[in-house]
Amino acid sequence: MSDLVKLTIEGHEVEAPAGTSILEAAKLVGILIPHYCYHPALPVAGSCRMCLVEVEKSPKPQPACATPITPGMVVRVASDVARAARRAVLEFLLINHPLDCPICDQAGECELQDYTHEEGRAAGRYADYPKRYNPVEDFGPDVLYVPNRCILCTRCVRFMENVAQEPTLNVSERGDRARIGVFPGAALDHPWAGNVVDLCPVGSLLSKDFLNKARVWDLDKTASVCGGCTQGCNITLETRDNAVVRVKPRPNMAVNRWFICDEGRLGYAWLNRADRIEAPLVREGGRLVPVEWEVALARAAELVGAGDGPAVGLVSPGASCEALEAAARVLAARGEGSAGAFRVRQGPERPLAGVPDLALRAERAPNVAGALAAGFGRDWDAAVARARAAGLVLVLDESLAGLAEPVTDGALLYIGTVLPETARGAVVILPCTNVAEEEGSFVNLRGLRQRYAQARTPPGMARPAAWILDAILAALPARAARAGGRA
Amino acid sequence: MGFPHPPHPRETQVLSRWFGDAEARTYAGWIKRGGYAALEQALGMTREQVIEEVKTSGLRGRGGAGFPAGVKWSFMPRQKTKAHYLCCNADESEPGTFKDREIMRWTPHQLLEGCAIAAYAIQAEQVFLYIRGEFTEPLRIMQAALDEAYARGVLGANAMGKGVRIDITIHRGAGAYICGEETALMNSIEGKRGNPRIRPPFPAAVGVFGCPTTINNVETLSSVPHIIARGGAWYKGLSLSSPKSTGTKLFSICGTVARPGNYEVTMGFPLKELLLDLAGGMRPGRTLKAVIPGGSSVPILTAEEAMDTLLDYEGCVAKGTMLGSGGMIVLDDSVDMVYQVMRLARFYAHESCAQCTQCREGTAWTVKILQRILGGEGRPADLDVLLDLSEQMTGRTICVLSDSCAAPVVSAIRKFRPEFERYLGHGKAAARA
Repeated sequence: MSDLVKLTIEGHEVEAPAGTSILEAAKLVGILIPHYCYHPALPVAGSCRMCLVEVEKSPKPQPACATPITPGMVVRVASDVARAARRAVLEFLLINHPLDCPICDQAGECELQDYTHEEGRAAGRYADYPKRYNPVEDFGPDVLYVPNRCILCTRCVRFMENVAQEPTLNVSERGDRARIGVFPGAALDHPWAGNVVDLCPVGSLLSKDFLNKARVWDLDKTASVCGGCTQGCNITLETRDNAVVRVKPRPNMAVNRWFICDEGRLGYAWLNRADRIEAPLVREGGRLVPVEWEVALARAAELVGAGDGPAVGLVSPGASCEALEAAARVLAARGEGSAGAFRVRQGPERPLAGVPDLALRAERAPNVAGALAAGFGRDWDAAVARARAAGLVLVLDESLAGLAEPVTDGALLYIGTVLPETARGAVVILPCTNVAEEEGSFVNLRGLRQRYAQARTPPGMARPAAWILDAILAALPARAARAGGRA
Repeated sequence: MGFPHPPHPRETQVLSRWFGDAEARTYAGWIKRGGYAALEQALGMTREQVIEEVKTSGLRGRGGAGFPAGVKWSFMPRQKTKAHYLCCNADESEPGTFKDREIMRWTPHQLLEGCAIAAYAIQAEQVFLYIRGEFTEPLRIMQAALDEAYARGVLGANAMGKGVRIDITIHRGAGAYICGEETALMNSIEGKRGNPRIRPPFPAAVGVFGCPTTINNVETLSSVPHIIARGGAWYKGLSLSSPKSTGTKLFSICGTVARPGNYEVTMGFPLKELLLDLAGGMRPGRTLKAVIPGGSSVPILTAEEAMDTLLDYEGCVAKGTMLGSGGMIVLDDSVDMVYQVMRLARFYAHESCAQCTQCREGTAWTVKILQRILGGEGRPADLDVLLDLSEQMTGRTICVLSDSCAAPVVSAIRKFRPEFERYLGHGKAAARA
């Protein structure tokens, strides 16, 4: 397979390993041969016939997805024969299609729509015949099937069979009565089942969660990393009017290929929480009072610099590496004996059978490795016990759920997105951004440090935790003095 | 012979010699007629010798494609690294074709013998005999013969006492035309939906259960014992025409002829004589209008074209059609071509496996257009649309079901266009007048 084969595709010289398909070889020179049933993650079906290309010396057009390249092959993608074949496939696909783009969630990111606009006929010749009709079906927890829009590409069937390795879907019936069916007694409830919605090239498989929520052309898309577990799947956060409304997988062959699990896909609501801390709060006379950042930071620096014994950090493994590293620096500045720990929510591990080393991991936090690298330990219970008598407890976006109140007899410096009851006794409360509102990075369980970008503007005065902690560090009296001395 | 008709003197009876003779169905009766001598002889030859003999005979696939059988066998790996399989395609579902049914009904041991010889030649220990689901009587007869063959030691771990394992299993289809397509047949045997597979890989490399597999038609395999017994050269000599078309061929003649039935003639036999002489010609007062010579999937011949067609692979191609399965549908002047073509298209639309877009949608659309034309509501552009669809349904799909729907449509419009136009012009009533 390592032998290189030379061929010509649409006038471009291409060199690719033997065994490569025409379709994949064409990608190497920037030519995307239109296709529906082919997907690099799935076994080749070769059935939509959209990728038919003209191959010199071949009497019939060949399916680019299923035809391996051969030396000296001359492939034409834009020739009359190939164009006519695609035009015909598009017309055939549309004769029973409802053409209901205005009410279809897929519109705007629909390959049937795109290719039809590109190369299809201006008008169909089927106009007078009734179209096939089948009612919408509920396939499972998050997936609706709209059979009338289906082009029978069988990507969903093959995903469940070959990737999830839990055969759930099938092609029922024959001829133009065919539709996607669910095996008797089965439901599309596999923890990775939502990927069939992404794989569906048309608006036939829809996410119930996203149903009628937005037109896709109104969405802003931001590269991010899923915070659901230690796998670190690459995702796109899709926002409309500053709210995250959809999460889609972002292909990364080293981490998650083309997929994300349903928990990661649907677990975004917290990013849009409305009950956020919107201003820094400091305790004055027993009351929490909103103040300017300068005031709050000065109070926080005062607490850190007070020097009344080691501080304890209670941090979240969902915080960015930058925040965790800054928190470690603050603790170090506090002096000898200061240390911190984190805890991780656990859940059942849910592997995607057909992809090596891809699973919804048992540890449901994105940055366990980053927290460990920053020097935080897993000795959570011991840290909580030490916190009680510590002079200062620094909390970084930890919910403190299940902890006895008060967490400490000393001072509580709370940095978080929301304010839990347990933290209401804090001396200083600083509002930080969540993963959608900042730039940062996570280290996944294989040690890969991955960057994520900001998808929405933070609420009120919230700032990234890394910025807050570095600002506290800069405001420390000793530091200020040292800096002054140097100057 | 054209059972239930007595044999015609111009037939060359090889396969059909014992049609109508119930005794030939039994093991004893088959032995009495010289049966299983060829199997014994073959098991005494090397595998290469058997393949060579079949190559010499020029035997070509009788299922429709006409691929040389010996060459097909030689594609199987010489060095056996995993199981080899032979599939006998007894899913005879091509409209107008009923020759395999008669072979199985009257001479089940002839087929078993052919299967066993072929299995030996390709180093297959397991044969799947894939019988069409609707063939209840052939199934019963084949099963009885199979049981007898096992009881007599013809098959099994020590076939014919020669130390070779040959097992034959009957697999009954569930009523899908497409399962007669060889790769769909393999999927069906595996218990999967009967969808044709993409080639390559070809069955000889990756077939049933991922193992090298050969698929042969009932008539092809049934010819093999005769080739072994009487020699490939003898079989090759049975030709009236091209040296590339040899042996005898069973033609199933149906439609508006005096004596429908199966007729076995040598390759190259003139269609005209088969039709007018053997099958008794048209019914009184009727004239020939058209012939579909090779099962419903092939282009239609006009009466004029049919009259000088030679019945062999090359002869049919010369007339723009195909020998196919030898299922000959004869249409006289009482036949409405538009209706006939619609009826054929409806069959293909019903049987499309739904994989390829052109076939799934195109066959059904073709039917709708033809039905509208028949209903008197046709539009002037309809025929051009039909031809355009058919063009895009030809040579564009995984298997040839789509092509098979298009072929009769295209040939009918080209050759009988006035019949279509009468419907378009004045509606159904006028067309009949």
